[in-house]
Amino acid sequence: MNAPLEGGRLYGAGQPAVEGHALSARGLAYAYAGAASVFADVAIDIRHREIVCLLGGSGCGKSSLLRVLARLEAPTAGEIRFLGEVLTAPHPRAALVFQQASLLPWLDAAGNVGFGLDFDHQPALSRSERAERVGHALSAVGLAGHAHRYPAQLSGGMAQRVALARALARQPQLLFADEPFSALDAITRAEMQDLLVELVHRWHTAALLVTHDIDEAILVADRILLMGGAPGRIVREWAVDIERPREAQPVAVTALRLDILNALHALRAHSYEHHQTEGKT
Amino acid sequence: MLRLILPLAGLAAALLLWAAGAAWLTQRMPVAADFAPLPSADALWQLVGGGDLWPHVWLSLKRVLVGLALAIAIGVPLGVLTGLSKRFAQGTTPLFQFLRMVSPLSWMPLAVMVLGVGDAPVYFLLAFAAVWPILLNTASGVAQLDPNWLLLARSLSATRRETVFRVVLPGITEHILTGVRLAIGIIWIVLVPAEMLGVSAGLGYFILDTRDRLAYSELMAAILLVGALGYALDYLARTAHARWLHR
Repeated sequence: MNAPLEGGRLYGAGQPAVEGHALSARGLAYAYAGAASVFADVAIDIRHREIVCLLGGSGCGKSSLLRVLARLEAPTAGEIRFLGEVLTAPHPRAALVFQQASLLPWLDAAGNVGFGLDFDHQPALSRSERAERVGHALSAVGLAGHAHRYPAQLSGGMAQRVALARALARQPQLLFADEPFSALDAITRAEMQDLLVELVHRWHTAALLVTHDIDEAILVADRILLMGGAPGRIVREWAVDIERPREAQPVAVTALRLDILNALHALRAHSYEHHQTEGKT
Repeated sequence: MLRLILPLAGLAAALLLWAAGAAWLTQRMPVAADFAPLPSADALWQLVGGGDLWPHVWLSLKRVLVGLALAIAIGVPLGVLTGLSKRFAQGTTPLFQFLRMVSPLSWMPLAVMVLGVGDAPVYFLLAFAAVWPILLNTASGVAQLDPNWLLLARSLSATRRETVFRVVLPGITEHILTGVRLAIGIIWIVLVPAEMLGVSAGLGYFILDTRDRLAYSELMAAILLVGALGYALDYLARTAHARWLHR
């Protein structure tokens, strides 16, 4: 089942996927039909209960990587293991959160949170089990009293809370979030970042958070992966062991921030050189 | 408060204009006295209280429902197809735009020749007039579906049936209802002239009949009734739309 892997040019590539992790991928590549590769030779491990931030500029392929890891798109090469098993379709215990809440406007908050739990390919639940999950998820995001409000009646922050609850209701082992807070105002965003960390810890799930916001990555992540280049690769990794709440650790946070900015600078310089030499040949 | 007063003021102004116009016309031909608001209101009262008018109203409403149902049955699937398939859209857009711009009443002689005298040509004309807004709104609804809804469905490993019935159809219902509302307006406008040809009942027929009977105040009453019923139908469609969106 293992696809032949390209040599270990970059971090992690070439080793077999790790079975004890929430998610483990090796040698991943993706290209749209007839176009250049979006990313290539990507290896990622996400441990149980770990928050990993995938950081990169727009167009670096991080959202595509998230979709491939969630198996919404098939990789052109490589292998993904979810809870040890090779992933060939979206897994019921992996949940998604998008930049927009994307709630279904014809369902109330509870209907949105419970949406899809009764689908054929989801684990069978009784009606009362479903209702319990929905109620539990809604109160986890602080919206217990708003179950019967409709999306048109919710603020942006509340809608994104419902979207988070919709993900939690699947009792995920892994939460995929694609810039989930970037459409929110700064104050709401800070609230939601705290909420996400709290929920990940309380619900014993892991999370992969795609972001272009360095501060968000530093405040939220247990580990930061920097993505860049063309095709996109993971070029640097930082384990963030700054004590929480990280807002109270300005020295360590600033140091890490500078380190990331330097890495981004080096990445730009490298790609600039690359363009220069390409231009000459 | 202003929201209640302004519409009433507009209606009152129209009433005054109507009264003034009828008075002016009456000076030139006395028979026009029947067109004035008071005799018309009196006639409307008599008609609504009596039993002669209602069969015409029910028949017209039935024709509206049948025409609308046909238009939905044809327009929604064609609209979904147009929204989903670029090729189908490219192949049909010029044809649809062409047909849309032909006044449906132009088909009347042909419809009577093919479908015979009676209800069938009226149904055909109403459906033909109403199908376009439904088709076009359905197509734009499909094109505007939030791609994240489809991603969500895919992340839930939704079957094709689940995707269509739980995401796509509810997702385009708002647009279908917009199309239905426009369609009701068009049907109601086309209905009256369509009923003036080849049928012996209905509000359109009733208006011609009042003219032949020289019952001009009844004619004005019928016009008022047509407007009021049309307003009520539009109100129903608007309410359905707002309820669906919970606004």
